[in-house]
Amino acid sequence: MVEAALSKPENLPVGPIGRHGVGWWGISTLIVSEAALFGYLLFAYFYTGATAPAGWLLEPAPRLTLALPNTILLLLSSVVAWWAEQGIVKRRRPQALIGFGVAFLMGAGFIAVQWLEWRSKTFSLGTSSYASLYFVTGGVHIAHVLVGLVILIVIFGWTALDFFSPRRRLVVSAAVLYWYFITIASVLVFSTYYLTPYLGFGQ
Amino acid sequence: MKPSPLDYLNNAAGPRAQSILPMTWFTLGISIVVCVIIAILLWFAVRRARHGDRLVEMRSIPVERGGEGIRWIGVGLIISAVPLAATLVWTMLTLAAIAGPPAHPGLILDVTARQWWWQIQYNGLQPTDVFATANEIHIPVGVPVLVRLHGGDVIHSFWVPKLSGKTDVIPGQTNLSWMQADSPGRYLGQCSEFCGFQHAHMQFDVVAETQADFDKWQALQREPAPPPVTPEQTRGLALVEYRCGLCHRVRGTEAGAISAPDLTHLMSRRSLAAGTLLNNSGNLVGWIQNPQNIKPGSQMPNQYLSAQQLSDALAYLESLK
Amino acid sequence: MRQPDFRTPAIGITSLELEARLLRLWETSPGLKGFLTSVDHKQIGIRYIVTAFAFLALGGIEALAMRLQLAGPNLTLLTPAEYNQLFSTHGMTMIFLYAAPVLSGFSNYLWPLLLGSRDMAFPRLNALSYWIYLASGLFLYAGFLTGNGPNDGWFNYVPYASRDFNPGLNEDFYALGMVFLGISTTVGAANFIVTAFRTRAPGMSINRLPIMVWGTLTASVANVIVVPAVSLAFFMLWMDRQFGTQFFDPAGGGQPLLWQHLFWIFGHPWVYAIVLPAMGMVSDGLPVFCRRPLVGYSLVALSTVATMILGFGVWVHHMFATGLPGLGLSFFSAASIVIILPSAVAVFAWIATIRLGRPVITTAFLFFSSMILLFVIGGVSGFMTASVPVDWQLTDTYFVVAHLHYVLIGINVFPVVGATYFWFPKMTGRMLDEQLGRWNFWTMFLGFNLAFLPMHLTGLLGMPRRVYTYNDYGGWHALNLITSIGAFVFAIGVLLLFVNVLRSLRSGAVAGKNPWDAPTLEWSVSSPPPPYNFAVIPTLASRHPLWEDRLGNQGVVSNMERGMLLDEGKETIATTALDAAPDMVLEMPEDSAAPVLLTLGLAVLFVALLLKVWLAVGIGAAIAALALLAWFWPRSELRERTPAHG
Repeated sequence: MVEAALSKPENLPVGPIGRHGVGWWGISTLIVSEAALFGYLLFAYFYTGATAPAGWLLEPAPRLTLALPNTILLLLSSVVAWWAEQGIVKRRRPQALIGFGVAFLMGAGFIAVQWLEWRSKTFSLGTSSYASLYFVTGGVHIAHVLVGLVILIVIFGWTALDFFSPRRRLVVSAAVLYWYFITIASVLVFSTYYLTPYLGFGQ
Repeated sequence: MKPSPLDYLNNAAGPRAQSILPMTWFTLGISIVVCVIIAILLWFAVRRARHGDRLVEMRSIPVERGGEGIRWIGVGLIISAVPLAATLVWTMLTLAAIAGPPAHPGLILDVTARQWWWQIQYNGLQPTDVFATANEIHIPVGVPVLVRLHGGDVIHSFWVPKLSGKTDVIPGQTNLSWMQADSPGRYLGQCSEFCGFQHAHMQFDVVAETQADFDKWQALQREPAPPPVTPEQTRGLALVEYRCGLCHRVRGTEAGAISAPDLTHLMSRRSLAAGTLLNNSGNLVGWIQNPQNIKPGSQMPNQYLSAQQLSDALAYLESLK
Repeated sequence: MRQPDFRTPAIGITSLELEARLLRLWETSPGLKGFLTSVDHKQIGIRYIVTAFAFLALGGIEALAMRLQLAGPNLTLLTPAEYNQLFSTHGMTMIFLYAAPVLSGFSNYLWPLLLGSRDMAFPRLNALSYWIYLASGLFLYAGFLTGNGPNDGWFNYVPYASRDFNPGLNEDFYALGMVFLGISTTVGAANFIVTAFRTRAPGMSINRLPIMVWGTLTASVANVIVVPAVSLAFFMLWMDRQFGTQFFDPAGGGQPLLWQHLFWIFGHPWVYAIVLPAMGMVSDGLPVFCRRPLVGYSLVALSTVATMILGFGVWVHHMFATGLPGLGLSFFSAASIVIILPSAVAVFAWIATIRLGRPVITTAFLFFSSMILLFVIGGVSGFMTASVPVDWQLTDTYFVVAHLHYVLIGINVFPVVGATYFWFPKMTGRMLDEQLGRWNFWTMFLGFNLAFLPMHLTGLLGMPRRVYTYNDYGGWHALNLITSIGAFVFAIGVLLLFVNVLRSLRSGAVAGKNPWDAPTLEWSVSSPPPPYNFAVIPTLASRHPLWEDRLGNQGVVSNMERGMLLDEGKETIATTALDAAPDMVLEMPEDSAAPVLLTLGLAVLFVALLLKVWLAVGIGAAIAALALLAWFWPRSELRERTPAHG
């Protein structure tokens, strides 16, 4: 007698619990796609630079005075964002609210400092391929940070409305993952434009 | 039926194209054999099928797991791998043999591709040896010729099927191609990268001739334009300098612009407008007056010359042998 | 009353009462509101297919216009400007607006049914991917219909695409339209990936997935990685054209070849993405008409993935003539030759399946089996161009045009038409007419080969591609005339398909649940299926649940009668990635207007960018942002937040 298989699972979670849910896969896939976008931007930089004649680097020794602290600022904001998510996980709503607020301010600060640095450049968008790559790569990153800031405001609001609990908070975790992503992207963009010239690229 | 002048399958006229030809036939032969084998296998497999005008009652045909089919995949892969491996090795060998420019070229040309014509510059030891011509290349037989390719505006591609494969002409970089003709003849070239409205009408000739004939041709091309003789030619020269000289060059006259083909020895060339028309009086007049009708979109505007002006221009231009 | 966070799902069998309850939970609202807000994968799938076929027809008309112009030498039916827009729009339409979307449509419709699920993992995202596809398709065609269609070929090389040489709006329509369309492709791909890994029926382990799922999954992973490359390329082109950046202009230190690299890094995986799902449909459909399982399932599944992985490493074979150094060319030539091996696995598997089975001639079978020959013809012409020196003669001639049409029509169109005959009964409850189907098949098959087989010779005799006219060199006229005639015969064949579909919708023979006696899950539900697909969630024990009685499964068989009911809301089951063990009850969203509103906002945004009306850009962005906010607003019924208090 052949037996018919039967799946009888017990005590299944209903909907997403913590980070366990299809939404986590969704945001991860989106991040892979956006990471690929940054990958291609950096590819464009390395390819154009490698095939360009000498003098392509408009700044053979890029000044790190603003860019390095700014990158560190964003890294720290990721730590703050982590801490904010912990506030939800550990049922400490004030911690979450403060954390998201501070992360927002740090992100806004990042953009402000970036703007200041851009204003001090001697070249503009259309000066050369190096300039175009510099501003457009930075600009694409800033656009991602801006989207992140909007997300932080919205998460702040929803937290204030007491939507979340340690179990029900997948959208918060997704938002924080996105924030980690733009931080890592920032480190990679910074390393490419500000550090590789010192290692000899494009000279 | 005339054979296609761009045919690269049936013969090759120089070593670079000749190295490719057997591989082309080999891969073509393998391809045809593979298609025939697959067709036969399919035919024998499908032939056994049940036919029916009405929908066959599918349930009446038993479903069975059937015999071991993995063997088919294994055998198929192993058999396929053999011609693939052979092609791979042959490709590497041929590429190594013909890719690089010749170590000792007998002639170096600078070709600039523009929408929709070809400028060819011949060099030499003295400045007076340097000359430019358009849409027609002469080379001596049996001599490897290095071609430096310069992009004038958009991407084009330099292709003389009987002598060599394609090399793109890309603005911002100088690509190198080379060719050698082993028998005298006229070989047609064609732009092979879509470059705009008149990509279809962007051809050039490569004329391979004996060293003696080549030297004679080169010496003639180095000469500036002969002075006009008749009154029509004199009026024609004035017109050419005034009008055509806005874009064209005729060495030895006031017409000195370089954005259009060099006309100094116009009548020595077989065709007009990059292979679009045969070079004769009727076509020349038609081209000058109404290029947009023949090659719409080309860079040369219609001229609106009077009959007298046309005949003067023709008289002068036909002296530029 | 607070819903529990954990639950043991009730197990049972179907009943009229259960089905009525599920119907109320899952059916789409009627009328226009339902049309605009539906998240039902079956409705979305059919929309994709219908829209894709409409674009196929448009692209076909463009082709026929070109073939009229090329039927003889030096004809003047079309000006060069018109011809250039036609060939470019034809390529864009077929490759972007037909080939991928039609496969998305079939996948969208079939996947939950094949996987034993009630919908895709992200139903609203599914709707979004369709609406953006429609909007971007209309955007692109607005360009063409106003004389501003793309005019630099579908791969759009710079510098010709730059503003200096192409001052009109043509390239801006193409660039922005493609960035817009890229959003649809990316979100669609994300949906397929998560659905494949997380929402299958219990017991549908990774080695029991239909090959079509393998094909679309592989294509989707590739798309997520490579679509950003082409979106970036088009964005950079738009920036060069409108904001004076110097990405591609050599005068400013830019690199024309950067465009080609970015484009083909996307473009080559893309052409595998538009055939692998179709190959999967053949791998799933052909065995039904051979009355036996597919030969070499594991090898075919693995070769699908292997082909895609290798497909990331061959893009330079589109650039063999660009003057790159020989060492690099050798690598890509070798890779392009090696990739033939995994692609060949499927061909041998299919032939073996027919040979070792009991084939039955139906129209679907004719399309599925004939494509094997067309695949091989396309494959060998690709083999020829994989060798660099040979490619230096073949590239940019009609030989390549013959090759690409054999692979695209042979490995996409023919399987799609076969799939239409195969799955039309499931989608509509009616059979397509078999008699007309034979006419359909033979006209398409003969017309296609008449048009494109001689084209190989046209290319070998040196005719370049993308020319609006030609001289009658050595037989070019005769060959082109034959091709033009063949094209019209082929078009009649396609027309017969449309006629068959339209007639059969009204008067086709009624189809039961399983008219083909096929083995997979979709044939266990009614034709058409109810909105909720499965009244009880099936448990799988093999790849061929409906053939288990005849294939002699020892021990355990699949269970379609008794299983989880999941009827306490709009629910389906989420499972683990490899073994498909249930691990979550997945709450599904209701009909939503957010996708169509988001699309509207994005459409306003893109039109505004095209016309450079910055205020409208802001308005479009604001609409999009509000739609996103409404979309992601946490809902208790989806368990995205704690329940509302009070």
